[in-house]
Amino acid sequence: MAGKTLYDKLWDSHLVHQDADGTSLLYIDRHLVHEVTSPQAFEGLRLAGRKPWRNSSIVANPDHNTPTKNWEKGIEDPVSRLQVETLDKNIKEFGSLVYFPFKDKNQGIIHVIGPEHGTTLPGMTVVCGDSHTSTHGAFGALAHGIGTSEVEHVMATQTLVAKKSKNMLVKVNGQLGVGITAKDVALAIIGKIGTAGGTGHAIEFAGDVISSLSMEGRMTICNMAIEGGARAGIMAPDIKTAEYLKGRQYAPKADQWEQAVAYWSTLHTDANAIFDAVVELNGADIQPQVTWGTSPEQVLPIGATVPDPAKETDPTKRTSIENALKYMGLTANMPIKDIKLDKIFIGSCTNSRIEDLRAAAVVAKGKKVASTIDVAMVVPGSGIVKRQAEEEGLDKIFIEAGFEWREPGCSMCLAMNADRLSAGERCASTSNRNFEGRQGPGGRTHLVSPAMAAAAAIAGHFVDVRNV
Amino acid sequence: MKAFTQIIGLACPLDRANVDTDAIIPKQFLKSIKRTGFGPYLFDEWRYTNYGEPDMDCSTRPLNEDFVLNQARYKGAQILLARENFGCGSSREHAPWAIDDYGFRVIIAPSFADIFYNNCFKNGILPIVASAEIVDQLFKECEAIDGYTLKVDLPSQSVVMPSGKAFTFEVNETSKRNLLNGLDEIGLTLIHTDKIKAFEDQHKLAQPWLFA
Repeated sequence: MAGKTLYDKLWDSHLVHQDADGTSLLYIDRHLVHEVTSPQAFEGLRLAGRKPWRNSSIVANPDHNTPTKNWEKGIEDPVSRLQVETLDKNIKEFGSLVYFPFKDKNQGIIHVIGPEHGTTLPGMTVVCGDSHTSTHGAFGALAHGIGTSEVEHVMATQTLVAKKSKNMLVKVNGQLGVGITAKDVALAIIGKIGTAGGTGHAIEFAGDVISSLSMEGRMTICNMAIEGGARAGIMAPDIKTAEYLKGRQYAPKADQWEQAVAYWSTLHTDANAIFDAVVELNGADIQPQVTWGTSPEQVLPIGATVPDPAKETDPTKRTSIENALKYMGLTANMPIKDIKLDKIFIGSCTNSRIEDLRAAAVVAKGKKVASTIDVAMVVPGSGIVKRQAEEEGLDKIFIEAGFEWREPGCSMCLAMNADRLSAGERCASTSNRNFEGRQGPGGRTHLVSPAMAAAAAIAGHFVDVRNV
Repeated sequence: MKAFTQIIGLACPLDRANVDTDAIIPKQFLKSIKRTGFGPYLFDEWRYTNYGEPDMDCSTRPLNEDFVLNQARYKGAQILLARENFGCGSSREHAPWAIDDYGFRVIIAPSFADIFYNNCFKNGILPIVASAEIVDQLFKECEAIDGYTLKVDLPSQSVVMPSGKAFTFEVNETSKRNLLNGLDEIGLTLIHTDKIKAFEDQHKLAQPWLFA
């Protein structure tokens, strides 16, 4: 009999009930909640006279609408303010394990604060009304985004109605070259499998490159599993996972620690398990990546030239390239390095952790942001990340180089607050989506790593960070 | 939830691959704390030539005449024809809410993003996966024939084209039952309350740290 994959183990250990057609009820351990996708769910509970099944499973915090500067003015947009106040009110009424309101010293992006406080643990099921919940898979948790109806369902029943996905293995072998980061690995994977490559699958990321990454780097890769079509990305927990968690507020304590670590060591794919799909990459082949189009799969190494639709034989793909070039204001065959930028955004649940800021600061240290760059901003992922960066003096490096040092939040990743691109503006962004209008209507987004974003800020156009 | 059994409705072809949820409903409209009223902002950046804001009166906004939803022949369409990976990107249920509020009840595409696909069923929208060949044929016929109407029947899991030609589609039994009867999924799950409690007790014994 074939062994089990890590996904199989996580699924089986949370299965409450299964119907004949495979429709299942999965028990949910952790429910992350933010202001955008929860108000209608709380309202649904209220209308039905229901209470949360286990409010101690809830970790909540506003992040999408919160401003990243002038906090003393509060939230100026009344529609945004109402949404954030609605979360305050709902948590007060229904309860939670953790709640950091706007301006709390620990507030931040929900996918950054969860791991920071040890509320994401190996072997858990983690859901949130947010597709980047896949981030938490880096801990060996089954973690994925859900819709608002499902948010209400999880609150009311502590379960999710689900159908099991297929198993996909993405193995990144060997070693990464100098200057290559987890973000480049994530983008290279999406470039290879396509934006729908993982649809219907849970992706397990494995291989020497993955093992060699820090927890921050692993979170970056799992975060972007959804951009490859997979709701969940997972990595087997190891010694680094345990080291990261030890001593955090909600991590197992004292006598339970050994028991927990022993259980976590069983959370790996069995040697004789069979995957439905396997993709392998060689770490040494991965170059710094830059997206040129309006889908994360439209990505190329820094040394490449922008694609020419005339060379594409598939008519649907040709149209996609033509649409993307038109929207992005690029010419076929131009070098990626010739793309000039207007704004720089370092932040988001993909790349706003301390290691990301350190990588950008190394590049920015002692340099100046190019005069042609309108705004370059660094938005830490949480209050904790911000304070740690300030203790290390990273804020000074950024400010001296001409970057703006902001308060934590989702910010210009999706531009629900005031941080956004104007029509036609071009941004090097460490976020996760380069969709049309994502960072502001008519805005043009190029996804890159924090180091590549910092290097682009200094040069005013894309450069190979390995030569800086 | 709204029940779905059968519709005979006009089809509208949206000829783009990888239509993402930011395109379906841009972020500024996600600030609403309501479930309704998103229809006028469906595909906002493609549909209008000016920038849309929440609560804006859309009846006087300048239309992008080239956009398919703005063409008179597709007015009142209830079936959206789409290309592969429709609904990719975020988990925002505002996307199916906007599609539903606009009046679409069915989306036919070669493939859907997982979260969006699930979200449709929670809102009485039937997402139909058809082969790329069938979808291609539907696009061609829909663009060629004015008033192109399809009959979508959930009990028999079939779609009948104006020519009389038909194809069948897959849908899992539970989703089908819930959609046909417009069932409240939470109420159905709570039938298993004892089972959930028993699971939770055992889970707590095995991994007490999860309940700290």
